[in-house]
Amino acid sequence: MGRQVSTGDAPLVILQDVSLEIRRGEAVAIVGASGSGKTTLLALLAGLDVPSAGAVHIDGTDLFALDEDGRARLRRSRVGFVFQSFQLLPALTALENVMLPLELAGRADARERAAGWLEKVGLQARLAHYPRQLSGGEQQRVAIARAFCTDPQLLFADEPTGNLDSATGEEIATLMFGLNAVAGTTLLLVTHDERLARRCGRRIGLAAGRLVSDERG
Amino acid sequence: MSAARAGAGALAMIALAMRLLARDWRAGEQRLLALSIAVAVAGVTTVAFFADRVGRSLTSEAGQLLGADLVVVSDQPLDAKFEATARGLGLAVTAAVRFPSMAQFGDGAVLAEVKAVQAGYPLRGKLRIRTTGSGRDFEPHAVPEPGEAWIDERLLRRLGMRVGERIGLGDREFTVAAIVSEEPESSAGFFNLGPRLMMNAADLPSTGLIQTGSRVSYRLFVAGAAPAVASFRNFAGKAVGAGQRVEDIRDARPEIRSALERAERFLGLAALMTVILAGVAVALGARRYLQRHLDACAIMRCLGAGQRTILALHALQFAAIGLAASAAGCVAGFACQFALAAVLAPIVAVSLPAPGWGPPAYGMATGFVMLLGFALPPVIALRKVPALRVLRRDLGAPDSAGLSAYALGTAAVAGLVLWQARDMKLGLYVLGGIAGTAALCTALTLLLLKMLAGTGRGAGFNWRFGVANLRRHRAGSILQVLALALGLMALILLTLVRGELLENWRRSLPPDAPNRFLVAIQPDQREAIARFFESEGVAAPAMFPMVRGRLVSINGRPVSPRDYADDRARRLVSREFNLSWARTMQPDNVVVAGRWFGDADAGKPVLSMEEGIAATLGVKLGDELGYDIAGSRVAATVTSLRKVEWDTFRVNFFVVAPPGVLEKFPASYVTSLHLPAARSALLDRLVLRFPNLVVIDVAAILGQIQRMMDQVVRAIEFVFLFSVAAGVLVLYAAIAGTQDERRFDAAVMRSLGASARQLRAVQAVEFALIGALAGLFAALGATAVGYFLASRVLNLPYSLDPRVWLAGLVVGCAGVTAAGMLGAGKALRTPPAEVFRATS
Repeated sequence: MGRQVSTGDAPLVILQDVSLEIRRGEAVAIVGASGSGKTTLLALLAGLDVPSAGAVHIDGTDLFALDEDGRARLRRSRVGFVFQSFQLLPALTALENVMLPLELAGRADARERAAGWLEKVGLQARLAHYPRQLSGGEQQRVAIARAFCTDPQLLFADEPTGNLDSATGEEIATLMFGLNAVAGTTLLLVTHDERLARRCGRRIGLAAGRLVSDERG
Repeated sequence: MSAARAGAGALAMIALAMRLLARDWRAGEQRLLALSIAVAVAGVTTVAFFADRVGRSLTSEAGQLLGADLVVVSDQPLDAKFEATARGLGLAVTAAVRFPSMAQFGDGAVLAEVKAVQAGYPLRGKLRIRTTGSGRDFEPHAVPEPGEAWIDERLLRRLGMRVGERIGLGDREFTVAAIVSEEPESSAGFFNLGPRLMMNAADLPSTGLIQTGSRVSYRLFVAGAAPAVASFRNFAGKAVGAGQRVEDIRDARPEIRSALERAERFLGLAALMTVILAGVAVALGARRYLQRHLDACAIMRCLGAGQRTILALHALQFAAIGLAASAAGCVAGFACQFALAAVLAPIVAVSLPAPGWGPPAYGMATGFVMLLGFALPPVIALRKVPALRVLRRDLGAPDSAGLSAYALGTAAVAGLVLWQARDMKLGLYVLGGIAGTAALCTALTLLLLKMLAGTGRGAGFNWRFGVANLRRHRAGSILQVLALALGLMALILLTLVRGELLENWRRSLPPDAPNRFLVAIQPDQREAIARFFESEGVAAPAMFPMVRGRLVSINGRPVSPRDYADDRARRLVSREFNLSWARTMQPDNVVVAGRWFGDADAGKPVLSMEEGIAATLGVKLGDELGYDIAGSRVAATVTSLRKVEWDTFRVNFFVVAPPGVLEKFPASYVTSLHLPAARSALLDRLVLRFPNLVVIDVAAILGQIQRMMDQVVRAIEFVFLFSVAAGVLVLYAAIAGTQDERRFDAAVMRSLGASARQLRAVQAVEFALIGALAGLFAALGATAVGYFLASRVLNLPYSLDPRVWLAGLVVGCAGVTAAGMLGAGKALRTPPAEVFRATS
């Protein structure tokens, strides 16, 4: 798979000849320096971006044979996200933020389910708080509850601890891996935090847009 | 089955949209947008309610001069279908017959204008009489009893009669029961007015005066609700035959028509400004909404929402906002026009007609058109926000954040403006002024930003950084300057320029406007009359010669009333014109084509014609007109067309020749003068000395027009309040719109160690520059629009007002800086981390 961006002069190669297979239930960390292309790889795997060449198959479905809305539907039913910058909607309370994907999926039990997940991440007392009233760690917990509440088969996390201090980051990582173990979700994590990467069963290294290492264990 | 599922899906979608809306609303996301729509709708609805109601009331006030809302005039008894139709429409109906006849008393006989009226006369306006020579005037609320005659002062004096004596008319004698001091119609067509006599129509057959060949005018008066009157006008306009016509006040008095038209234009202008300003506020509100929802949409896409879902969710939310805000605006508008009616109650003579359903419907339509125009492009753009934006924030501000997104909305507002203006010309001027200002504004802002960039090196940090900020957010800066300029321009137009225009309008009819006309002055009496005035301590008024002639040919081709489809043209051709001569033009006339006579034109067969009558008769510059004057034919070429301000109440003529052309024909002179009520006895002495003179008192009609003007001015000022509210909203929206960006910038700079003072100074530079630019553009726009409105639409003089420029610059610079700093204060106090957390 490859991804190029046209710039003024020559096309800028962000990813080149990246080929990998991830099995169900695996926890994979994509590591690399800034600008190595790891976030682009995550975006392509999640169908948020379109490759210049190559394909992504999720459970046998060719992601880029689908149109944009088709990919959105696939995300709705199978994919969860956790972002470095949390990406909570400021106008919604913690509970409403978690309810949003459930509501978009048309689930009648959105409220109960969302409240249940917020309890699982330890925020039962913060349901009616707005993002700006929550600490960074708390915001990321809300984001994790939002990611898991739809029972995704695949969880994408982009530097989930990047905006947090190390203690809080550790807490969040523990929470995420714990929930992942219980749910049996396939986890794909982008990070340059070595400790976080080592908690994953598999680590894929990128440098200058190329796959340079793939270690397990 | 699948239809049921689709239905359930749609319901779920609506429910979700409403939940999202409620959440956003709680967070204050849509308040600006909703408020803008509500103000727009309230303003437009009030104006619509108001223009509708006051327009109708003004028309009916003017109707008092006519004695009715509408009169059907005929030289033959009118077919019964006219009266039947009017009654069928629920209109009040009465009739009168008018004709000239000799009235006799003792040995004396005077040609009087007789009016035989039926019960109910007049339908509009007042009749005032007194029953003794020196008694008090009162309203009789009745018409003369059979056997009675009410006559006017002139007839009484000319015949040397007293109340209670018997006056002879045809085969009958009547008891003079009252002196008429005021009656409707008296001022309509006052140049051919004799002394007047009013009698009961039941007595008419016994006088034996109505015979074949008599010069009789049968008049059917109707009055009532405006829609019914309109239907009747429609019917009567088609049903009238030869020798018949429909008259309303606009036909009867050019002065009133001109005043009414100006009133309507002023009101229209107020409504236009409200529509435009509210449109700008809605546009800004929608832009802010778009910016604030970019992230939300990206996240929703990430969470699996399809484009259709996002479109549907937002469209539903907007529909709900539009509905609620428009409804709120309608209610507010409805309430306001009641307040307005209360304000006007003391000066509105007739009670205002009840408000109709048109205005709220119009208001709702305005709200929706605006919302759709400005909100639809952002919503369509939002649908396409790439989900990738969650990872890369710099992505996915859709193109439509630029100016092109406003195309639909601008078109929508332009449509509303043209619709609202009811007058293509006014609408186009306003639109053109605003479009021109916007274009110029954009170009100059760009140019200035470019030039300012060069000033950076020598200047201090604050200046350099402030200018750099403006340059960096170029599109945003231009938009902000534009919006602020429009808002300020509206405020300037509404305060200074409006004041100037209204003042000029009032000035066009000053308190000392002529209120008496003296007609039928014989040439040899001029000097004696001038001396008489001087002896009374009154400046002798200028007297204008008047020769009566009938138009018989245009370019050698005979004209006859049958050549014209237009009613007015037929009348003009069938009767005599008042022709005059003059060396210099009246000061309130303007030549619009050709040129006024030079000294060399003296004695040449040339004419100057009023442009309106020329258009009616199909006469062009260079046409040769043939007149029949006292049996001789005179041919003359039209060498100029004039525009005449009829509402100045000065003596004016449709057709004027240079000296040396008409002097050989029998002429009488006419003049107009202003006499305060206290000095009106002077005219009695004048008429005693020169009994052939006819004095026409237009004080009543003048007062009526002045009252109407006051009423309209007050109404316009009230309606302009909405435009001011919309203008303030625009200013607020323009400043609030960039607050998010500024907060972020400020946080970055603070984290780099900038002090609050430095930040404040940088922002002050930005706001001051934006404000000053906007203020200048606003002054420019207001001056241009004011000038065009005055000269092209309202026909009023307009002078450059330096205050406009001063106000624009000072209010723009100081106001925007103050308002901006006030809003920015919070950003400066917020710790950077919190800003980053909120915006990240």
